[in-house]
Amino acid sequence: MAEEHASAAPPPPPRLSDADLASMLLIRHFEQRLLELFAAGELAGTTHTCLGQEYIPVALNPLLDSQDIIFSSHRGHGHYLARYPEPTGLLAELMGREGAICGGIGGSQHLFRSGFLTTGVQGESLPAAVGVALDLRQTGSDALVLVYVGDGTWGEGAVYEALNLASLWQVPLLVAVENNGIAQSTPIWRHMAGSIAARALSFGIDHIRVDQTDPGEIRCLLRKPVAAVRYTPQPLVVEFITQRLGPHSKGDDTRDPGELDDLRAKDWYPRYAAAFPDQFAGADSQQRELVEAVVREVTARRLVPGRSR
Amino acid sequence: MRTRRVVSDLNGALLELADSDGQLYLLGEDISDPYGGAFKVTRGLSTRHGGRVLSTPISEAAIVGVASGLALRGNRVIVEIMFGDFAGLCFDQLVNFTAKSVTMYGQRVEMPVVVRCPVGGQRGYGPTHSQNLQKHFIGVPNLRLFEMTPFHSNRAVLGRMLALGEPCLFFEDKGLYPSPMYEDGRIDELFGYDFLDARGNYARVFAGEPDRPDCLIIAPGGFVPRALAAMRRALLERDLLSQLIVPSQLYPVDTRPLVTQAVDAGRICVLEDGVAGGTWGREIAGLLYEHAWGRLRAPVRLIHPECGVIPAARHLEDEFAVTTAKIHDALIGMAHE
Repeated sequence: MAEEHASAAPPPPPRLSDADLASMLLIRHFEQRLLELFAAGELAGTTHTCLGQEYIPVALNPLLDSQDIIFSSHRGHGHYLARYPEPTGLLAELMGREGAICGGIGGSQHLFRSGFLTTGVQGESLPAAVGVALDLRQTGSDALVLVYVGDGTWGEGAVYEALNLASLWQVPLLVAVENNGIAQSTPIWRHMAGSIAARALSFGIDHIRVDQTDPGEIRCLLRKPVAAVRYTPQPLVVEFITQRLGPHSKGDDTRDPGELDDLRAKDWYPRYAAAFPDQFAGADSQQRELVEAVVREVTARRLVPGRSR
Repeated sequence: MRTRRVVSDLNGALLELADSDGQLYLLGEDISDPYGGAFKVTRGLSTRHGGRVLSTPISEAAIVGVASGLALRGNRVIVEIMFGDFAGLCFDQLVNFTAKSVTMYGQRVEMPVVVRCPVGGQRGYGPTHSQNLQKHFIGVPNLRLFEMTPFHSNRAVLGRMLALGEPCLFFEDKGLYPSPMYEDGRIDELFGYDFLDARGNYARVFAGEPDRPDCLIIAPGGFVPRALAAMRRALLERDLLSQLIVPSQLYPVDTRPLVTQAVDAGRICVLEDGVAGGTWGREIAGLLYEHAWGRLRAPVRLIHPECGVIPAARHLEDEFAVTTAKIHDALIGMAHE
């Protein structure tokens, strides 16, 4: 599998809609700013940025209905921002400041609002997602449950217990696998025997591999299968072959410099800037300034009060 | 009046709840008819409510996870873990997701999930089908522990747990299933019972009048048959008057009613089937020392098996377990302290 993540630089990207570009840039600048805030000592705790993977939630979001429920992962800021372009409440949560969406208790890995939930333990959310999907099926809803997991998540037994139930009960469960080829510091060839495709198929669950990175192309590919998840209903595993540009968390990247150079050469951000300079320049400065304003505003806010106050 | 067995009371309670609550799910391995669960507790339920009473694969983690998901959608869920020993398989789901979710998102998230765990030995089932693992779940935020007793109506206790909106573990001593349920304060010609507190959490068993006993036993419901037999013998042979307190909710501990009784009696022993080390009994003893220090006549005695593996051979298991004879001997020993 390793070679899938290290091929030559791909051809120039197709043009993005303004909305998709704005969403991808919002996530990019938000995540980059987080790493800077950590480096400056303005942020404590931990974070897992999705640099390089921004297009996945941006591609999926328009395929979702307002009633759909997302279970996100430890690497979930992009999933959140693609659905709710509200960086202020999210940053406040990460900084423990007023306006925090979960009162500063959840932090980066434990976000909750109607239709969106993240947990901090790998694989833990899949069984709960099956429970929600079972309710949707039982109540005749047309909604679906989307669960984001990584390739590393597939080491957890709960994943297989959940897939087994999802297939037995034929519930509307869409599993989006962000296969970035690395679990924290362990490359996929060291942590996964066989393949995600074979594992999904062994439960009688369809598997779609997505090598594309253009949101429009991805939607064309997935529109019908996602509708089948919703209306049949039935589970589906969609595996995105993607790349993690940044460290697992903060400054803990042990990958070879040459490998990182290869990944950066494929980064959509500079390539898109070069391919569509006019569209890019304005959109980029707009999102950069927006995130900058959010950082200024949230940093100036008071810390969320503790119980004693 | 015909005696109602504990297992029938529990089965009837589940049926009544499933009948009256269209959003109640029951999940577990082999719980559907005609099998009706390994201990027949869920007999008849899937026949009446097949869509909400679901037999599952052997997947404890997923079962509890699914329960959490159903609860997130406004349903109430009762899960059966076939043997409480297997609760370790759903530890992460229960501790890190179901329980934590109630408060980890900075807003209250209701999780009305009850996880039923048949526990206990004295059946020769051996090391992995006989344990009482309560101690491993003590002190988990938003997780409550209850235990089945012959004094507390299962319908009322299950209703109370589901109404809390927080996950609860319900431990059911397997040995108690065939025992009689007690009603109206009467046990037999010698013993009666009442409730210590307005909520009815603590049943108090006594002979004659409930005034100053020679010693006080605090024990979960599974001990009732053994404790009663030991108390009877101590009373008839040695004229030793003991009293027994049986909580419905084990943890968190409602301390005040216990302290009053403990101070009255002065000598206390706590019985439990979980093996030594970091146990519920230690928790009770610690609370009594904290709140009644200087008012007790002797240290709190903890009576539980040593920290070992529960043997399968019946004679070895008897040697290992807290039996009627051991409880009796402890009572006699305490009277002389």
